[in-house]
Amino acid sequence: MDVWSSLMDGFATALTPMNFMYAVIGVILGTAVGVLPGLGPAMTVALLLPVTYALEPTSAFIMFAGIYYGGMYGGSTTSILLNTPGESSSVVTAIEGNKMAKAGRAAQALATAAIGSFVAGTIGTALLAVCAPIVVKFAVSLGAPSYFAIMVLALLAVTAVLGSSRLRGFASLGLGLAIGLVGMDSVTGQRRLTFGQPLLADGLDIVVVAVAIFAVGEALWVAAHLRRTPLHAIPVGQPWMGRSDWKRSWKPWLRGTAFGFPFGALPAGGAEIPTFLSYVTEKRLSKHPEEFGKGAIEGVAGPEAANNAAAAGTLTPMLALGLPTNATAAVMLAAFTSYGIQPGPQLFTSQGPLVWALIASLFIGNFLLLIINLPLAPMWAKLLQLPRPYLYAGILFFATLGAYSVNLQAFDLVILLVLGALGFMMRRFGLPVLPLILGVILGPRIEGQLRKTLQLSAGDPAGLWSEPIAVGIYVIIGLILLWPFAYKLIRRNRPKNSPLLPANSGAADYSD
Amino acid sequence: MTSLTTGLKGRAELGVSLLLGAAGVLVFLDANGLVTPYSKSDPVGPKTVPFIVAGMLVVCAVLLAINVLRGGKGEAEGGEDVDLEHPADWKTILPLAGAFILNILLVDWAGWVISGTVLFWGSVLALGSRHYVRDGFISVALSLLTFYGFYLGLGIALPAGLLEGIL
Repeated sequence: MDVWSSLMDGFATALTPMNFMYAVIGVILGTAVGVLPGLGPAMTVALLLPVTYALEPTSAFIMFAGIYYGGMYGGSTTSILLNTPGESSSVVTAIEGNKMAKAGRAAQALATAAIGSFVAGTIGTALLAVCAPIVVKFAVSLGAPSYFAIMVLALLAVTAVLGSSRLRGFASLGLGLAIGLVGMDSVTGQRRLTFGQPLLADGLDIVVVAVAIFAVGEALWVAAHLRRTPLHAIPVGQPWMGRSDWKRSWKPWLRGTAFGFPFGALPAGGAEIPTFLSYVTEKRLSKHPEEFGKGAIEGVAGPEAANNAAAAGTLTPMLALGLPTNATAAVMLAAFTSYGIQPGPQLFTSQGPLVWALIASLFIGNFLLLIINLPLAPMWAKLLQLPRPYLYAGILFFATLGAYSVNLQAFDLVILLVLGALGFMMRRFGLPVLPLILGVILGPRIEGQLRKTLQLSAGDPAGLWSEPIAVGIYVIIGLILLWPFAYKLIRRNRPKNSPLLPANSGAADYSD
Repeated sequence: MTSLTTGLKGRAELGVSLLLGAAGVLVFLDANGLVTPYSKSDPVGPKTVPFIVAGMLVVCAVLLAINVLRGGKGEAEGGEDVDLEHPADWKTILPLAGAFILNILLVDWAGWVISGTVLFWGSVLALGSRHYVRDGFISVALSLLTFYGFYLGLGIALPAGLLEGIL
């Protein structure tokens, strides 16, 4: 079946009245939760996971598609109206967006973000629909050694490239891999790290781990440092754009999309780098460079488009290879497995209708986002005024409810608290949480591929590099690991560059 | 303040290093305790990966300790509602954890409606709200709503506990 007819079947599934309703609910829930300060898209998806348990997989994933884009859009609203971005990918949007809002142009900032997200999301999803089957075609020819190498690459790249300290990234990864070890070994049935506790034999439920690290850890962390005087949110009316705003926005939208999608699709691409690149490009190309730093609309349009295109790009390796490269995709992958769906290149053949319905609902969700959010923006802005005690008590309440409802075991809540405390500690001491989550999810699968590889080669370690693709990937891994040393050498021979971002932007420092 | 405490002040991060090291040793000991005969169909066995993970944790622990002693510092995470100017507020955290633990102890016996009320009410108060009565009503309403919402909407029966028969 070709892409087009599969996609049309997907639309037919996604547009049945019931499924369409789930898409609408998903977009509204996703935006509402995403707008709340302190709740990023990954946490939004993690908190809303249990809600989808009662649904059949197709409806659940249609709802997810809405939650995914809704949460993403909600996050940008927060950063424009409040200025302190909840996550690294919104850092750049906040720079110009909040300046615009302060200058009384909040309506235009929100409009260019919403329409830019729509444009980028639509193009990105179209690229996803075209690229994913190609990647699958390539991926089915790969054997266990290549898979092992690709997964190692994804883990190391996310750990080594993102975040400000590689050492702390690896520490976090190690903890995640250790958590992933807990439970019965799939090959021999040996119990690892269960300490004789039968409830641990099935391993830790990934939903409980994700909710603990993202939601409980975050709520405890914020509670410990709660601002005495909450930030002032800028009130906003109906978003709209004038003629000149359109003229200044459409090119940055397209350029942002071009930056975002490929970076999102790479393992370890993420949305930080493309949003940053888009900002720098727009600043250079703008006819109004003097406005940058004071609220230039291009500085919102470009990075927001890049952010959303990266979100769509991320789904390419997730659906085609079963490889999550950011926290939100990791949580969605966890949802796949909790439905008994095996992620990987077989997904398109074994669960074709479901995958295409998901892709179709991404288009629908994107469109709904535009028509729901433009009129509702003033209401979302009011959500920012929610008294903080209720907000964070609510996060704890729903996190508990979600984790408990998975198995109805009070024991899961103990794990929730322990891992929540771990999440708190990681935030306190600057350990990134993404490597941990990816370690928990990918660790067991990497081990599986490793054992399969050596089983095929009868224990000969040379089996690990028996495929050319695997060799190529090990070369890339080597480059990633050696890069900082090379970088230091280059920098020693060159005068220090002045930083491209304003010093107070809070963007991550990539030097070690 | 003694010289030891001043020496250790600001080095709380060494605790992270300690935790990593302990986790590494734990993973190693646990894997070492597994008894598996060598099998041709599984040359890697269940021990190899835990050994690698344990090694990684211990190496990270050592490097982190060196990094911290040399003055390295993890950057605490910021956020919309985070004010890093003031130190961690344990007067908020401990009651919050208390409410959480009470919920764990109560949920199976007293049921979700009661334990959830305790959790939300306790958390709101711990976080600084002082509208005792209004918060109480909100807590009860939230617990009841989620109980019936999960039961009727999602088909998940949360425990009714003490209120069995009433709800």
